[in-house]
Amino acid sequence: MTALPTSIDATTDLLGGQNYVADRALSTVVFLALKLGRPLFLEGEAGVGKTEIAKALATGLGRELIRLQCYEGLDAATAVYEWNFAAQMVAIRAAEGAAKEEELFSDRYLIERPLLRAMRPHAGGAPVLLIDELDRTDEPFEAFLLEALSDFQVTIPELGTIAAPEPPIVIVTSNRTREVHDALKRRCLYHWVDYPGFEREMEIVTARAPEAAERLSREVVAFVQRLRTEDLFKKPGVAETIDWAKCLLALDMVELSPDVIADTLGAILKYQDDIQKLQGSEAKRILDEARAGLSA
Amino acid sequence: MMEHRALELPDDPKLVGNLTHFARALRAAGLRVGPGAVLDAARAVAVAGFSDRRDFYWVLHACFVRRREDSAVFGQVFRLYWRDPRYLEHMMAYMIPAVRGVAEERTARAAEKRAAEALLDGVARDAPDLPEGEDRDGTEIEIDATLTMSQEERLRTLDFEQMSTAEMAEAKRMLARMTLPVAPLVTRRRIAAATGARIDARATLRAVARRGEVLSLARARPRTRWPNLVALCDISGSMSQYSRAVLHFLHAVSNAKGQGWARVHAFTFGTRLTNITRHLRARDVDAALAAAGAEAQDWQGGTRIGESLLAFNRDWSRRVLGQGAVVLLITDGLDRGAPEALAAAADRLRLSSRRLIWVNPLLRFDGFAPRATGVQALLPRVDCLKAGHNIASLEGLATALSDARDVGDRDRLLHGLVA
Repeated sequence: MTALPTSIDATTDLLGGQNYVADRALSTVVFLALKLGRPLFLEGEAGVGKTEIAKALATGLGRELIRLQCYEGLDAATAVYEWNFAAQMVAIRAAEGAAKEEELFSDRYLIERPLLRAMRPHAGGAPVLLIDELDRTDEPFEAFLLEALSDFQVTIPELGTIAAPEPPIVIVTSNRTREVHDALKRRCLYHWVDYPGFEREMEIVTARAPEAAERLSREVVAFVQRLRTEDLFKKPGVAETIDWAKCLLALDMVELSPDVIADTLGAILKYQDDIQKLQGSEAKRILDEARAGLSA
Repeated sequence: MMEHRALELPDDPKLVGNLTHFARALRAAGLRVGPGAVLDAARAVAVAGFSDRRDFYWVLHACFVRRREDSAVFGQVFRLYWRDPRYLEHMMAYMIPAVRGVAEERTARAAEKRAAEALLDGVARDAPDLPEGEDRDGTEIEIDATLTMSQEERLRTLDFEQMSTAEMAEAKRMLARMTLPVAPLVTRRRIAAATGARIDARATLRAVARRGEVLSLARARPRTRWPNLVALCDISGSMSQYSRAVLHFLHAVSNAKGQGWARVHAFTFGTRLTNITRHLRARDVDAALAAAGAEAQDWQGGTRIGESLLAFNRDWSRRVLGQGAVVLLITDGLDRGAPEALAAAADRLRLSSRRLIWVNPLLRFDGFAPRATGVQALLPRVDCLKAGHNIASLEGLATALSDARDVGDRDRLLHGLVA
């Protein structure tokens, strides 16, 4: 188990060690979240690295990563715990009416879901709890989560209260398809993760796709940066840039050309409207502008 | 537990004082900052240290900024404040009274008028024998005898554009009483119900713990919730009277008490798109519409439906259409922009929403044929087309919303187009 970082620079190094290039603002927020014991609320477009940072933190600190993927209709049963009803029914039948309550409602028949698992004692230190895409759930679950995140204890009527010996490191992400309630945001440290600039995106691509030729990486990053200024329905994120670099690597390319772009457009643009916008001479125009920007 | 830690504030009282002052400046600038945030900031600064101005900025940013939009305002206030706090105060004191005066005046006038009307309405009902002619001595028509049934019926079918001021005022009262019924959506959660179709294993086993044997099976049915409504209202010159009436209607729908739409988002567009949801939440309808009118700058101007829909798709669709929203597009379809842009934007809008309903006041003409390019572009790309020229037609929206297969006049006109 690694100790928590003691300064903002140490946090940047910790994340950098896991090939996650974070800017100063993000490192500051992560450091404060770790030091003050507050949950971290990351909001941003899809593909900018919100989930990745949880993974990087978990691996960097040597903690277990517990992931709760949110969706509409998620409720306490699926998030915290559930009883293994089938096994309990079988046990009742087998005991033929002599089933004792303590045996029936014991740890043996308890299915632990992510939130409860995060509250159990862990050998290597408190785990990293990633609550992914909170905006996909609805308000009742948010209210439940608010309560859970403030006390880090869960009451199971048949067993009693289970409290976390050490509060887990909580990271909540959201794609902003709906406004998350203020009460929950206030409890967390908020940060909007934005698309990176050219230099930082270059670092990221070099870290994540190191085998790609430098010239190719530079052209790829310049092209995507240029593409983000166009009027697209969904701008490509950092994950898309990395994917594209890997695709081009697999095709043994050393530089971009309009044909290659036309063939591999599906790696960065996921909407047909956007792909159609880039057919014909559009791709060439953007490529020329990107190259001009590089040599300038 | 996190909240009960001792207040480990740094010993530097000036720091905490400065941070409190800074928080006040942020509040005056419109950020919602509570006293808890100041404590957080003090602890955070103590932990992170004071060495670098850039780090100091991001530390305070992490504690005070809770929404993406606040980031720019925070940056400006930070720069102004930590350079010279007295300068900032001076600026604020100079600006705020002027702004407050106008807003107060506007709300007072509207609220007073409504209160007067409400009071005088009550008086009128106590004296039903008063003949109508006696009131015509030039005073305001605040004292109205309650309309008879046939008069109400006439007003329901009268076109908004042909109404006089008095009739419009009465129509607005009728609109304020209208609601838009909504069919609930089925969700994945369950709620206990004796006659439900699914077996609730949890509750059954809990009952076993009490009784020792499985005596009965507890049942559950799926819970229902209400969908969201998004209204896009055209406020250009060609729509004039209709848009006013429709906005009254939307205000009534937004403020409907009891079971209704989960959330109502309203936007106006003409040459640009404006979000007026916040304004429609004000209880007083005149104040709400005055505020909305002040924010939307393109009243009675030209129409660029395609560009406005494009802006909506790009900036708002992912934020408001997420949970199965129904979209009401209230426009006459007369567009100055390119039809291809309108077609593409309408396609995208239909794909992102659960149901796209077009409310068109031009359908008041019996012989209406889709000739304008904007109308032709929109017609095949909506789920339903309904008229919107009088109160009766707005009431008719109810059927369009509750029946998913209702297409209104769309197929009839499309058939006419093809033929």
